[in-house]
Amino acid sequence: MEQTIRFRLNRRPVSVTTEGERTLLWVLRTDLGLTGTKFGCGRNQCGACTVIVDKKAIQSCQYPVKNVAGKEVLTIEGLAVNGRLHPVQKAFVEHGAVQCGFCTPGMILKSYGLLLKNARPSRDEIVAHMEDSLCRCGTYSRIFDAIQAAAVELRGGKAS
Amino acid sequence: MTSKEEYLNRREFVKLLGPGLYLLFSLDDLVLAQQPGGRVGGYPEDFNAYLRIAEDGHVTCYSGKVELGQGVTASLSQMLAEELEVPYDSVSMIWGDTMLCPWDGGTNGSRSIKFFGPAMRAAGAEAREVLIQMAAEYLKLPSERLTVKDGTVFEKNNPANKVGYGALTQGKTIEKRLDKKPALKPPSAFVVCGKSLPRPDFQDKVTGKAQFAGDIRLPKMVYGKVLRPPAHGAKLKSVDTLAARAIKDAIVVQEGDFVGVVHPLPDVAEKALSLIKTEYELPASDINDRNIHQRLVDSNAKDTIVEQKGDMAQGSKMAVLKFEETYYTSYVAHAPTETHSAVADVKQDGVTMYIGTQRPFGVSEEIGRAVGLPSGKVRVITPYVGGGFGGKSQVGQAVQAARLSKMTGLPVQVTWTREEEFFNDTFQPAAAVQIKSGLDESNRMTFWDFRVLFAGDRSSQCIYSVPHLRTASRGSGFGGGPHPFPTGAWRGPGSNSNIFARESHIDAMASKAGMDPLEFRLKNLSDERMIRVIRAGADKFGWRAAKAPSGRGQAMVCLDYLGTYVAGFAEIKFDKDSGRIQVERIVHAQDMGPVINPEGARMQIEGGITMGLGYCLSEEIHFKGGEILDLDFGSYRFTRFSWTPKIETVLVENFDIAPSGCGEPPIVGMGALIANALFDATGIRIQQLPLTPERIRGKRA
Repeated sequence: MEQTIRFRLNRRPVSVTTEGERTLLWVLRTDLGLTGTKFGCGRNQCGACTVIVDKKAIQSCQYPVKNVAGKEVLTIEGLAVNGRLHPVQKAFVEHGAVQCGFCTPGMILKSYGLLLKNARPSRDEIVAHMEDSLCRCGTYSRIFDAIQAAAVELRGGKAS
Repeated sequence: MTSKEEYLNRREFVKLLGPGLYLLFSLDDLVLAQQPGGRVGGYPEDFNAYLRIAEDGHVTCYSGKVELGQGVTASLSQMLAEELEVPYDSVSMIWGDTMLCPWDGGTNGSRSIKFFGPAMRAAGAEAREVLIQMAAEYLKLPSERLTVKDGTVFEKNNPANKVGYGALTQGKTIEKRLDKKPALKPPSAFVVCGKSLPRPDFQDKVTGKAQFAGDIRLPKMVYGKVLRPPAHGAKLKSVDTLAARAIKDAIVVQEGDFVGVVHPLPDVAEKALSLIKTEYELPASDINDRNIHQRLVDSNAKDTIVEQKGDMAQGSKMAVLKFEETYYTSYVAHAPTETHSAVADVKQDGVTMYIGTQRPFGVSEEIGRAVGLPSGKVRVITPYVGGGFGGKSQVGQAVQAARLSKMTGLPVQVTWTREEEFFNDTFQPAAAVQIKSGLDESNRMTFWDFRVLFAGDRSSQCIYSVPHLRTASRGSGFGGGPHPFPTGAWRGPGSNSNIFARESHIDAMASKAGMDPLEFRLKNLSDERMIRVIRAGADKFGWRAAKAPSGRGQAMVCLDYLGTYVAGFAEIKFDKDSGRIQVERIVHAQDMGPVINPEGARMQIEGGITMGLGYCLSEEIHFKGGEILDLDFGSYRFTRFSWTPKIETVLVENFDIAPSGCGEPPIVGMGALIANALFDATGIRIQQLPLTPERIRGKRA
């Protein structure tokens, strides 16, 4: 059934009128024109479609768009503010944690979601949080480094 | 759209301008330079095909190689900047556009730097010399008194007397050519190459701005889905599209077995397709992933001899220890994170296509055939490609998009679902490799008899010193023969099977001979370059000699992949209870000649190793007849965060050879490296990849 869904997207109010059962992924990519969120598998198995909903990283490929009504959604397009890269984005660039770039938006937002709830993640905590995000190019070890570097910067540059 | 042919017809006009003229009028005449010496398989000779210098001095370089994540946007720009003498950050690249870029056979085989690099460099060198001559006229000085740096030509004794490239070209193509082509810089003189300069694609990739084919939106574009059979070889018996047609705004089309739906929304197109009712007739077949290897071995296809020397009977007679073993590898999916995607806009007089492909020029030919137009009327534009690994040389999605566009008269985007991606993949072929060999009393190899079945012969050549040897390849790795579905190139095609077999076998021989695997290899190698790479890796690893199995879980391999030399070292932990292998540490030494971008090379090496763990440990396509049973990441598992080992790379400097390939050599030794480490840890040798807990348990029982 078509319905009008209002929510905040990248710090701005938006409304979209569509079938509420459609997935957030495709509504973002088509109706709302934000193609930074990627389709990778459609089954919550790869993390390419990860976005932030109310400060939590979720996979959007099976997530009904009606569920974001009244919520705050952040996509990769909204992470840099006024053209300034977020520390997580900066760390991905500096550590070369990118190859083809297709999993990158999802990886960055998944990492961002981790650092929102854990300012000082251990290696095991990073693995546990990131395990279902897949990178076929094999950049995992650099993503580890990037997450740790971003954590340090977000804590104000203190390593311990 | 203006086609390449139309541009080329204007060449006559340009000729009227006469000799001695340096610049052409039209900014669009770049296309003229893309002369298809190209079309028949070579790179254009006209340096304008590779570069353009704008009035402000900005350099655009043009490449038929595409950016798959391997970093050609950096390395090729560096090579051009080096010879042209311009700053790296003044260069940007346009790639994979069949109208604007020089012809290319495809981005595969780790060939971009090795084979396209020299053409790019030669173009830069010739353009630089021509620009110096143009500057000589401009400054009214003999060119001997001039030199160039950072895109500015100046008088050696009076640097204030200068002119920039941009002022000389005014953004136009350069008509002047040199009869005698300038020499390329020796690697020892590299200033821009050899540095870890930043990747130009990263900024857009971390902000979501980077566009892939599925991100392209054209006016009136619709999304297409095409019916796929439940199994390869299945025949469509009946189809009922009534329910799909009832979906608002859906258009259903059919042409024989080709049944498709388009809709303004991709998810609704998919839903409409799922409403089509079908009946298929499945071909009778009892082939599956458990009996395929026997089929390969039983095939009576003929051997092609790859290399042969000495007399095998003599070699056999000399041996005091003899070995005979067969090694097996499985079908492996490419599984790029970006599924195949393309946008086709088919008009009566031409096609524009956006596609994630490794083979843009091949696409223009395939699509031309599919819609009945000459390939020159098909312009293919390649945006960023979300991983290829060989799988995006196959472009079935483009044909689907073009056919749907032709049938509906609308621009159509086709993006495969993950299930379609698995089903339509051209897998790395399952293979068998049969080896016989022998050692004399001093543990030197006396003979080597190697036959690869249906994987292809790449890296099948023996790298060891053996007086009597024969290497043969039976069938092809590119489909046909006993393979029940299409197979194709997968990162390091053929080599993953051939090197798994050879380096496993060498390791088994060393163990039987009671020798340390490194000492054994050194004893049987005479190639000094290989020995140097092995020593470099062993030093970094801290290798201590021991006969395998030592219980430590340490092992090595060495290999030559199309001229790039590799020595790999690993340490693993084996969990007896779960049967799982955890790879703790990899040291990888690689000699690929002069390295263009060291950090980029390290990223490729780490990526190859990380990806390679998948086909070592878990990746294997299960199938029943033509039915593919693994269609998602739930059952088809590859490397994840928790599997990732510590990786250390050693780039072995070598200025004696030309720059060589980087991205495939790191992956091709992984099978044997981990199998050898498992043997060293446990004494269990597995001759079949992947090394699953089930397979290891089976061997222990």
